[in-house]
Parts: sequence; structure tokens; C-alpha cells
Amino acid sequence: MTESLKILVADDNATDRLILCTILKKQGHEVVQATNGQEAVDLFTECRPHLVLLDAIMPELDGFEAARLIKCLAGEELIPIIFLTSLTDATSLASCLDAGGDDFLSKPYNNVILDAKIHAFQRMRQMHQTLQQQRDQIAQNNTYLLEEQRVAKAVFDNVAHAGCLKATNLKFLLSPLAVFNGDVLLAAYKPSGGMHILLGDFTGHGLPAAIGAMPLAEIFYGMSAKGFGIKDILREINLKLKAILPVNVFCCAGMADINFKKQSLTVWLGGLPDCYLIRTNGEMEIFESKHLPIGVLSSKGFDDTCVEVQMGLGDRFYLWSDGIHEARNEEAEMYGEERLKNLFLNNTDLDCLFDTINDDVTHYFDRVGRDDDITMLEFMMIDSELVHADQIELEMGAVSGPTDWSMTYQLGPATLRDFNPLPLLLHLLMEVPGLRPHSGTLYTVLAELYSNALEHGVMGLDSNLKADPNGFVEYYKLREDGLSRLKDGWVKFTFEHLPMDSGGRLRFHVEDSGIGFLYDNEAISSSSDDASLHGRGIQLLKTLCQKIEYFGKGNEVEAYFDWQREA
Amino acid sequence: MSIWASASEDGRALTINIEGRFDFSAHQDFRESYEKTEQDPDEYCVDMKETTYLDSSALGMLLLLRDHAGGDTANIKIINCNNDVKKILTISNFEQLFSIN
Repeated sequence: MTESLKILVADDNATDRLILCTILKKQGHEVVQATNGQEAVDLFTECRPHLVLLDAIMPELDGFEAARLIKCLAGEELIPIIFLTSLTDATSLASCLDAGGDDFLSKPYNNVILDAKIHAFQRMRQMHQTLQQQRDQIAQNNTYLLEEQRVAKAVFDNVAHAGCLKATNLKFLLSPLAVFNGDVLLAAYKPSGGMHILLGDFTGHGLPAAIGAMPLAEIFYGMSAKGFGIKDILREINLKLKAILPVNVFCCAGMADINFKKQSLTVWLGGLPDCYLIRTNGEMEIFESKHLPIGVLSSKGFDDTCVEVQMGLGDRFYLWSDGIHEARNEEAEMYGEERLKNLFLNNTDLDCLFDTINDDVTHYFDRVGRDDDITMLEFMMIDSELVHADQIELEMGAVSGPTDWSMTYQLGPATLRDFNPLPLLLHLLMEVPGLRPHSGTLYTVLAELYSNALEHGVMGLDSNLKADPNGFVEYYKLREDGLSRLKDGWVKFTFEHLPMDSGGRLRFHVEDSGIGFLYDNEAISSSSDDASLHGRGIQLLKTLCQKIEYFGKGNEVEAYFDWQREA
Repeated sequence: MSIWASASEDGRALTINIEGRFDFSAHQDFRESYEKTEQDPDEYCVDMKETTYLDSSALGMLLLLRDHAGGDTANIKIINCNNDVKKILTISNFEQLFSIN
């Protein structure tokens, strides 16, 4: 069944027009009639037909001119124009098409051909419409996408720019939309005055890469500000990325921890190309990636082994993604490692090296007109005096915190039964600015004090049981049983922290409801190996704390932990 | 780029051949090569004799295969790598996850 179309017929010959209109109406179309070119143009504007049949030679305005005007008025819409002509010479027929006509139809009319042509053009019209709709859809989608990227980038910038990439001893290259090519560059001052830097390169492009960059930046800045070390941060990032990213998405990354006072650099590289350190005397050191990228292995398999290297003032360290190595020239040849290495070997002025690399790589693929897809970071070792303390404080925000405080926390039997208070207590201690690097030691101290109070104090277990392997098993069985049936007893923690020069003093006082034990403070403070100390981890506590002292009947103990802010 | 897989007679080993550039465009074919096997093979072999290049999304695809083959217990060999391919696998330290010859 033919779809009914609105067709404009323009012919100054009334007979021809009548014949054509009759055929068209019989075929089920709606017909609009014009007797000359001008009328055709006017009616076109008025009626907006789907198809136009134009006689070539007409008064007022001939078919050729009318065709031009109609095509112009139609704009993006496809309005097929078929010329009606009794002309037969090739030149005349060609000029019909030149004028914007889509086809011609010779007089006298042939029903079958006319019908076929109308059909053909109807198909073309529909195809054109579909294409236009799809084009508009794509254009609209693209507008949305760009807008989404703009918003996402703004959010990402707020997260990523919390750092100190603008520090005078750093130089970097990062494409403005790098977050969408999967590259991340982060730098943060540590509370201790050092610096963390991280360069990451996620697999893939677009949104998946950007999604991974967010938690990475959050963890990096959050944990750096709180004083966590490079290994803790890497582990946390790995854990997070492994949990949230699909199996085939991971992050090749390099992270470095810089200590300006010790002038040292600690580096971890996973999946990045070799990174270089160049010294002021031109000597070069190459660091290979020893690890799998971040987000591949589970926490258990993750290797946080770092390499530490001593740097001198003015020595520089370079981190980059494979963008430089894989930059291609017009012959599709990669820039490669050798070219990069030669720039280092032939360099005479370290101050210019960064720009030299940038110029050379850009020049290499500039002729191909490719977008800048290079991520690179230069770090220069400077004197710790030049790392502005005020700037650090300003950027850290978290430097201030509780420094002079005390608290008491008492746990009753129900709590002792099934709550581990150590993470909570440790968390509380970690709020003290600068104390974070001592978290491992403090955890051990807390754990020893707590298990002594709970097991030997509240539950009255005999530490001598642990002396042989069988007793050991027995001991923990008793502990488990005793704990599940615990009806009364308590442990009371009193913590006090006081700030001291470049650090502080923590006093732990732990008291339990037990009967105590026979202690000898003198033996404890001396280095003698007294039998009464066995099994209570006192030897261990002695090595970690400045002072250990028991009170009363032995159910009260006090430990002092003096600490210094990390260099 | 073309990828084809062949199983050993007993179906216990599957060899996947990758010809040309191994990059994101191979995603679908690569997955199908190991997902369409009749029985799950005990060991996989990725033959890169004809592979000219691989990018990081190919590394991701290898991880997908590893996941499919049992994760940490997967038995996957990557063989016949040219120098460029080997270099990329080495930088990423994939020899810790795959046996690479």
C-alpha cells in the first residue's frame, strides 16, 4: 500500500498538469497545483509538500530557478524535486539535475515509471529523516557527554587539587582532560614536612578510568594528611581499587615518599615504564617496576616493598606514564625508551631537562597533529628549609588537633565478652597530630596492656601455662571459654597526652578487677631478667615504652610513651 | 587482528592464538575464544607468535581470562612473545600472574 504524500505539481500547460494530477490522485496522493515557478515557490512555503514535480520551462520563474529557491527553503529537509520535461538532449536533462533537481521525468508520462520514482524518492526521504534524527541524537548525546565530563572534571579537580603540584620543586605535564584518558597526578605535603607524589595510569579511557581516579585521589590525600606512610597508603588504594574496579581495569602507578631532612626518596613502582633519577653530576639511576599494577592483587598478595635512595640537593627524579614511550610519529613509529634515555645522557643543564623532554616528544608527534597525551612529573630535591612550613600547615588543615587531653574508658563484662576496644582506642590516639607514624608501636603497647589486664587480671589465667606448646593451646581454650562466660569484672583505661617539644608524652594507666600479682618494679626498671616478668609481655613493653611501673596489688600498671615528630 | 582457539583432543588444554595487534578491538573475540569451550580446560595457553603489539586493555583482558580460569589457581601460559610484547608484559610484572616463555 502506497503511503499518501502531498505532492506539488507545477506546470504552465493545463492539459499536462491535469493528466499528471489525475494519475497522482488515482495513486492516492494529495496534489497541490501551481501554474508557474513563482506560484510553485509560494505554494511550497504555504503547503510544505513532500515531493515537488516541476516543469522546466515556465513563465514568471522557470523550473530551474524555482528548484533552487525550493531547495533553499527546504533547508535540511530532503524535498525531492523531479523535473517534468519534453526536452530530450543530454545537456538539458543534465541542467535539470545541476539546478538541484533529483531526477527528471519525460513527457508523455508513464504511470508505472512515475509510481516507481515516487516510491524511490519516498524511501530516500525516509532514510534521510532517519539519518537526521540519528545525527541530532548523536549531537545531543555528545553535548550531554561533554557537560557530564565538565561536571565530573570539576568534581575531580576539587579532589585532586587539594595537593601541592604547584610546589616550586615540582614540574609536571598533564593533559587538561587527563582524568578521561586515565592519567592521574597527585602530590601532597606530609604533616612531618615531607612530600608524597603519585602518578597513575588506569587501563582504558573515559568514565571507567575517571571513576577509579576519584577514590585513589581521596585516599592519597586523606591518608597523607593524616600522616600515614607510603606502604599503608598503597595498601589502602590497592584494597579499594581491587574491590571496586572490574577485573580488567587496574592502575599502573608509581608513588614516592620524600624526606627533605634525610634527603631521601622511597619509591614504589607497579607497571610503569622505567623511571629515572639524574644527579647534578649527570649520573643516572634507573628504577624498574618491580610490582604488578595497583588493583590487580588481593591485599594478601600485594607487595609493598619499596626502594630507598639517597638524593643530593638539586638531584631530580622523573615519573611518567607510557604516553611518552608510545607517542607515535607519522610513520607510526614509537618514540621509545632509547630516545628518552639519550636526552638524559646528552643533557648538560638539568634546569632545562624537563622542557627539553617535553619539546622533543611534542615535536616528534606534532606533525601528526595528535593530542597531547603525555603525563610526566619531575621532582627536585631541595633543602628542607625551603619547604615552607606555613604552606604545609595551610594545605594540611589537619595539623591542628587534640594535643593536651586525658580520658577514662571503662569496659564492663558484657563489653569485654565480645568487643575489641583496641581499634577504637588506637583511632582516638591517631587524632593527635604527628602520632600516626607510631601507630604500629602504639597498637602493640595497647594490645599487651589490654591482654594482660583481661587475661591475667580479670580472668586470672596463669601465664605459666603458655610455657609449653600443649599449655599454649590449653591457655587459649580457657581464655575463650572464660570470656564467653564472663559475668563480672572490668578493665579501666586512663590515657593522658601532653605536648612536648616536637612531639609529646602519652601516659597509659590500665587497671583491672583482678587480684593482681607479685611484682618488682625495681626488677622491671632494671635490665635484669626476672622470672616474674615472663608471660606478661613486659619485656616487650619495656623496649617500646620509656617507663613501666606497677601499682597497688599489681592490678594497676602505668606506661609512658614519649614520641618525636617524624623528620 | 584475528583470534582463534583450539582445544586439545581430550579438551583439557586450550590454546588461544592472537594475530596482529592485541588491543581493545579484540575484546569480544578474545572473550568468546575461551567462553565458548564445551568443557572447562585445565590449562590455557596464549600463543603470541603472531601478536605484534599489546596495550593495557589487552593486559586487562588477560586478567579476565585469569579470573575465568580460576583466579589464583589459574594455569595459564603465555608463549612465543616478541620483544615488544614481552617488554610490556615485563613492565607490568605479569610474570607474577602468568607463566611467560
